[in-house]
Amino acid sequence: MIDTDELPAAGNGLLDRRVFLRAGFLGGAALMTAKASAVERAAWMKNPGEGMSESGAPSAHESHLVRAPIGSQRGTTGSGASRSPLQFLDGIITPSRLHFERHHSGIPDIDPAQHKLTIHGLVDRPLSFDVDALARYPTVSRIQFLECSGNSGAALAPEPVQGNCAQLHGLVAASEWGGVPLSVLLDECGVNPAGKWIVADGADAAMMSRSVPMDKIMDDAIVALYQNGERLRPSNGYPMRLFLPGWEGNACVKWLRTIKVLDQPAMTKDETSKYSDLQDDGVAKLFSFPMGVKSVITSPSPGLSMQGAGIYQISGIAWSGTGRIRRVEISADRGQSWADAALDEHVLPKSLTRFRSAWKWSGGPAVILSRATDEDGRVQPSREAVLTGRSSAAFYHYNGIQAWAVGEDGEINNVYA
Amino acid sequence: MSTLNITIAVALLVSISAAAQESPGLGRPVTAAEIEALDFTIQPDGDGLPDGSGTAMQGALVYQSHCLACHGPEGQEGVNDRLSGGHGSLTTSTPVKTVGSFWPYATTVFDYVRRAMPYQTPGVLSNDELYSVTAYLLFVNDIIEENAVMSAQTLPEVVMPNRDNFVWAYPPRD
Ligand code: HEC
Repeated sequence: MIDTDELPAAGNGLLDRRVFLRAGFLGGAALMTAKASAVERAAWMKNPGEGMSESGAPSAHESHLVRAPIGSQRGTTGSGASRSPLQFLDGIITPSRLHFERHHSGIPDIDPAQHKLTIHGLVDRPLSFDVDALARYPTVSRIQFLECSGNSGAALAPEPVQGNCAQLHGLVAASEWGGVPLSVLLDECGVNPAGKWIVADGADAAMMSRSVPMDKIMDDAIVALYQNGERLRPSNGYPMRLFLPGWEGNACVKWLRTIKVLDQPAMTKDETSKYSDLQDDGVAKLFSFPMGVKSVITSPSPGLSMQGAGIYQISGIAWSGTGRIRRVEISADRGQSWADAALDEHVLPKSLTRFRSAWKWSGGPAVILSRATDEDGRVQPSREAVLTGRSSAAFYHYNGIQAWAVGEDGEINNVYA
Repeated sequence: MSTLNITIAVALLVSISAAAQESPGLGRPVTAAEIEALDFTIQPDGDGLPDGSGTAMQGALVYQSHCLACHGPEGQEGVNDRLSGGHGSLTTSTPVKTVGSFWPYATTVFDYVRRAMPYQTPGVLSNDELYSVTAYLLFVNDIIEENAVMSAQTLPEVVMPNRDNFVWAYPPRD
């Protein structure tokens, strides 16, 4: 067994990130006790289990694994959000059933046989594509995150709001998104040189619409048909949605029905009244599309109490709307000292990256933080830095460092460090 | 269609698919009439605004029967978004963002209400009712007179008070 005292990486018990990678660590003791005196069967090993089924469901013991909390504007059921339970998830893929939701007028029940995407405006040939036609196009598939630009808005409150990871940061998820590059469809239509923007419309009751610059559309935008290998879930835009890797979720219009090529943005309600960033000088920024570099420790986190002093894995997710995550640092002493976390194998651009560290919790009070850096050298800012220059009514694009306070009682709370 | 026309059409199709690389060319051409029925886009310069007109006086009645229950009298103190007031509050410690205090373009009011409001039954208002209720929201925000006629010509000319306080974050500078 490794002597953990020999592997300190930073203050208050942070261990070298390789600790968990070393063979024999924690496993050594188990090997010594492998001899049982009498063989036994658990209740579920005594008879054949249930048979096959057409569609799987999580274990009945995982009933806590649900989106939370579900909130909608007063008097409505479809203008609100539900959040991904980050504190219970590992890896980087969010199960489709747990992908967060943000709708403005509910989830339309679309008949795919009657749904079309029509591209028009400043094009040589306006064309429409039905679902079957799009499914015949060459598909690209990438594992990428989607984040609502209102994610983590609770951190704007003057005093830390107590809640779990889902409640505080659950408007982010990652999926394998598959679909047709929009550049292929636009080339087929022939974009007029004056066409510098598009405006995309959804087929929901609010006909949600957003303008997107042509550069992004031609770079990596797709009309997504697939999420994690299956057709999109209705709550994620079935049968087709716009997906703009790394850009704020609201612009990734669900239930996509039209794309109009324009010479300038259409200035829709959701890119002026909402999803714009008001500064304290009264000036508001429009079109702040990419999501900033960000990370959050998902375990330990509020609601997952510590089980006594000892070795713990600190694990979480990091992402950047402009590229790959290069580095995640962890502190267990409120930011006085930092150590690099280990990154899981899949470090993909505009995706979630899973990080892990080993921590020897003394049982005393501690404040744990994570700080991400992306491949362009952008470093996740402090809460204070994010809030500087903002209006108190500015709600979007919060990417400050999250601090969790671990108490002597093992309970974990949201704090501002 | 004559045989000659068909030949031309086929030749045209072939040249289109050759030009569009990697594309199976499965897009179906759409007619101007089809586009007209699909296109809800309204731009700040008024492009896309339909025929029709209305005043705030007429709009007060539309507001009363279709909006008041959720947005409150004159756009305030309703259960849903506040639509009026807050003028001059944006630089204070308690900014109030409304159609009047914050929105940069009057055309956006028409566009959004036509798309999405009234919340439970979007699409029920006629063009005249949409111009009227838009005029009403501009009137209760002290932006236009009660008898000013809003139409495809006049609505884009309305200058919103907060219009010049917006900058673009795209393209990013760093
Ligand atoms: C059943 C309640 C309800 C009714 C009736 C209703 N609205 Fe709304 N309104 C809402 C909700 C909810 C929202 C927020 C929608 C969202 O989440 O995007 C909203 C948003 C708005 C906004 C955008 C506010 C902003 O600052 O971004 C405007 C403008 C508006 N409504 C105008 C109207 C008008 C005009 C009518 C009448 C024709 C109307 N509404 C009727 C519930 C209602």
